Amino acid sequence: MTTVDSSNATPEVAVDPNAVSVTINGKVVAARKGEMIIAAADRTDDFIPRFCYHPRMEPVGMCRQCLVEVVGPRGPMMVVSCMTPVADGQVVNTETEGVKKAQEGVLELLLANHPLDCPVCDKGGECPLQDQAFSHGPGESRFVEEKRHYEKPIAISENVYLDRERCILCDRCTRFADEVAGDALISFTSRGNNTQVMTFPDEPFSSYFSGNTVQICPVGALTAKPYRFKARPWDIEHVESTCTTCSVGCRTVVQSSRDELVRYQGVDSQPVNWGWLCDKGRFNFESINSKDRLTTPLIKDASGNLSATSWSVAIDSAARMLRTALTVSPQSVAFIGGARGTNEDAFAWAQLANALGVDSRDSQMADGLPPQVFSLPQATIADIDTAKTIILLAPDLKEELPVLYLRVRHAAEKRAGRVVEVSPRATGLAGKAWKKVHVEPGKTAAALRALATDAAFTAQLASGSVVVIVGRMNLAESEESVVHALAEVLHMAPHATVLPVLRRGNVRGAITAGLTPRNGGKSTAEILEAAAAGKIECLVLLGADPLSDVPDADLARRGISGARNIIAIDTFITQSSALADIVLPAAAYGEKEGTTTNVEGRISNVAQSITPVGTSRPDWMIAVELGTATSHDLGVASYNELHAAMISGVREFAPAVDTHAVQHDGVIVAHPTPITLTRTDSASSERNSYDYRAVVSRKLYDNAIGTAKSPSLATLGETSAVIVNPLDVPRIGAQVGESVRVTSPRGSIALPLHESVDVLRGTAWLPINLGGSDVRELLDVAKDVIDLKIEKMS
Amino acid sequence: MSRLNEANIKTALEIIARYPRPKSALIPLLHLSQEQNGFITRDAMVHLGELVGVTSAEVYGTATFYEMFRFEPVGKYLVNICGTMSCALMGAGDLMHHAEHKLGVKAGGTTADGMFTLAHAECQAACTEAPTLQVNYRFRYKVTNSDFDALIDDLKSGKLSDEIPSHGVVARIRQRIPADRGVGAVAPELATENPVWMDGKAAL
Repeated sequence: MTTVDSSNATPEVAVDPNAVSVTINGKVVAARKGEMIIAAADRTDDFIPRFCYHPRMEPVGMCRQCLVEVVGPRGPMMVVSCMTPVADGQVVNTETEGVKKAQEGVLELLLANHPLDCPVCDKGGECPLQDQAFSHGPGESRFVEEKRHYEKPIAISENVYLDRERCILCDRCTRFADEVAGDALISFTSRGNNTQVMTFPDEPFSSYFSGNTVQICPVGALTAKPYRFKARPWDIEHVESTCTTCSVGCRTVVQSSRDELVRYQGVDSQPVNWGWLCDKGRFNFESINSKDRLTTPLIKDASGNLSATSWSVAIDSAARMLRTALTVSPQSVAFIGGARGTNEDAFAWAQLANALGVDSRDSQMADGLPPQVFSLPQATIADIDTAKTIILLAPDLKEELPVLYLRVRHAAEKRAGRVVEVSPRATGLAGKAWKKVHVEPGKTAAALRALATDAAFTAQLASGSVVVIVGRMNLAESEESVVHALAEVLHMAPHATVLPVLRRGNVRGAITAGLTPRNGGKSTAEILEAAAAGKIECLVLLGADPLSDVPDADLARRGISGARNIIAIDTFITQSSALADIVLPAAAYGEKEGTTTNVEGRISNVAQSITPVGTSRPDWMIAVELGTATSHDLGVASYNELHAAMISGVREFAPAVDTHAVQHDGVIVAHPTPITLTRTDSASSERNSYDYRAVVSRKLYDNAIGTAKSPSLATLGETSAVIVNPLDVPRIGAQVGESVRVTSPRGSIALPLHESVDVLRGTAWLPINLGGSDVRELLDVAKDVIDLKIEKMS
Repeated sequence: MSRLNEANIKTALEIIARYPRPKSALIPLLHLSQEQNGFITRDAMVHLGELVGVTSAEVYGTATFYEMFRFEPVGKYLVNICGTMSCALMGAGDLMHHAEHKLGVKAGGTTADGMFTLAHAECQAACTEAPTLQVNYRFRYKVTNSDFDALIDDLKSGKLSDEIPSHGVVARIRQRIPADRGVGAVAPELATENPVWMDGKAAL
């Protein structure tokens, strides 16, 4: 407090200049300047009906349903509460006779053309229009005229159907597409009575986020193919959970009917996903219902084929395999995987590894980052909202962590923070970037070091908080180069915090739980190399498929064929588990409870909604049984005991003791003492000017098992291609679309040639894990960078 | 094929430069495109979207809001006969009937030679002069059947080509504003200070 020199001075009270007080239906409500009346009223018990208003989007006043009275100098005045800001001393009435009459009138008009086909409408039972017609409608209509008719429904994308008769033109879907997703592929067309939501002719609403429009549609106009006519809302069981498709960890409601998953809906979690989901996460529940799921243990019979067996035989055989291998040496046993399961699954397997003395365990698939990135000063997802500078040293967030992309896009759109994109190619956020540093692979650290002399850049860094989003932006470039680049950024901005974005669902939880090499144990690449050299007696695959996931096809092939015995714990027969000696069927997402850890280290629950298919069991249970069979009692007999053991056994998981928080917004892991990275002079090899330096990254819809086994998503994937800058096309001498030969020191494949200005000259972008030729045939995880020859086929 | 041609791209860039946000130029550009092609084609909407940085769907949404933009081929001359009250009382129905016979197409149709499109119109705001029609939005008042025949013959012979340009041409003299004569408007999101009138500093 400052010195007070005046005798009549009152003590200083911190007055928030933005605080206002309004009276809503006689109750005093604290609000903030700029807030709309409807938002303030939502904090009271009085509900104002609405269709177009959505708290995560800009208000438009489209539907007029939220009319209320504001008392002014000339008496009460009718205003739309979603477009009228609060003012200090404002008196608002939402339930007078006048308001009731107005709201009933609006509803009568909204229903004038609505078909009232509720009995055959998917929305019936959870429909804001239906509910509010009951609660705020007039009960009957004066309109007797024929209603408007349209063909119903029409597909506006592969998965979203539009019924224009039901649409009340609230502008929610079109606003979402433009404002939130940045894919303005639907728009109001025509005028007056003919107004309708429509795509451009023959150009579908192919947005990665299209499913959100179905969720926020306040009527049954938009429906999603995977859910159409599958269930009725009153037959659905709901549990709140966390999506583990990628590591953003969006909060969801998992919905099942008759013991089958039918739908996921986004939950508005302020720190994580604001209610949004990507379509991959939303629709891949289909894979869990897939007929191809493993339902029983499989064991290799005399003829070398996998055939069904009982759990007791399978566990005994697996235990024997492990024991035999351990008698050779504990170094000859290795665990790969664990990022697919829960924290508890990973903890149980790490405990088993500890008991057996297995140090070679890795939940990353030679495509991640060293775990020390978790020991840097950590940023949360919500820090993006307030950061002055957001540095993207990361893969294309739109393709790999879509809902995180929405958060960064929002920050850039609102001009809250400036985005700096450091990448070998333009990503989905390039259009929102304040500065783009597109740099050839192998030269990122050097390019960042050169930026230290850029006055505008350093001034921007100094202007406030900096969040660095760091991940593997190029799978054909070593993880060290990412660490070197990160060291440069942290040198320029020592106050920066880091959000490490490893992509796989629960990879961070698995690493924290102990599924990472220790005591000189081997990483995935080293395990596969050792297996290839005949040094691995028993390889355990924990929901991992090295043959399709490790970005080095040759290494994976040599490793899998070189391992003497393979035990696979999986939900499907994959390329790798097909070659295993024993396959144990695992319970999938929605079939087991547990906790998961997202990119920022947020621990939240995953819930069980349905019974595990067939005889499949949660991964942790398999670990416990294998422990018992190998005479290592892990000391847990139930999920609750395991969860408690994990919280007390792993220091970082200690905050998860707050069960209520874990079941809602989650809690952040306890961080170890931060370390600092040392800068290194990384000498990168120069590129032969005839060659193209490889940039390898993922697309959202690829051959991942959850996508491939979901019929609604499986058709959305593209096929492999080599994409170069248009100016490089003449040099190659082939036409765009033509098949060209792409050769690396590792191998040679044929790929169609595409062009894009997003790709730097002298580099070639190859999306990985798509249909067509396998790009991984060209890759070598031991190399810092990979240079390619691209030749016209003779 | 129906993207803007080289000359019109130049004009389009000039028009775009007048606005603080490129997408504000969309409606003048739609007119430019309709002037070039006679109607708004699918390719044109894709091209305009590229020029002003919006999606094709947004161009489509904007264009379909306005009656004067047509999405099907239109004859060189669009003949709109008013059928609202005053005109209807003064014989617009007979005039339309006569016009259909004269041109050999029903209302809404286009003649085989691509010269004329005949259409119904709502009130053209010239009730004292009923019945009225417009040819490419140029008025004709108190139209009799013989007036109509003469009009069609004159249009066919090219006698009226100075007065009535082909469909899509809004004006034949294009406004050119040199860069230094622009008002220099700034997009609201880029404005660093309030407009003068908001601070009460404007000279009233």
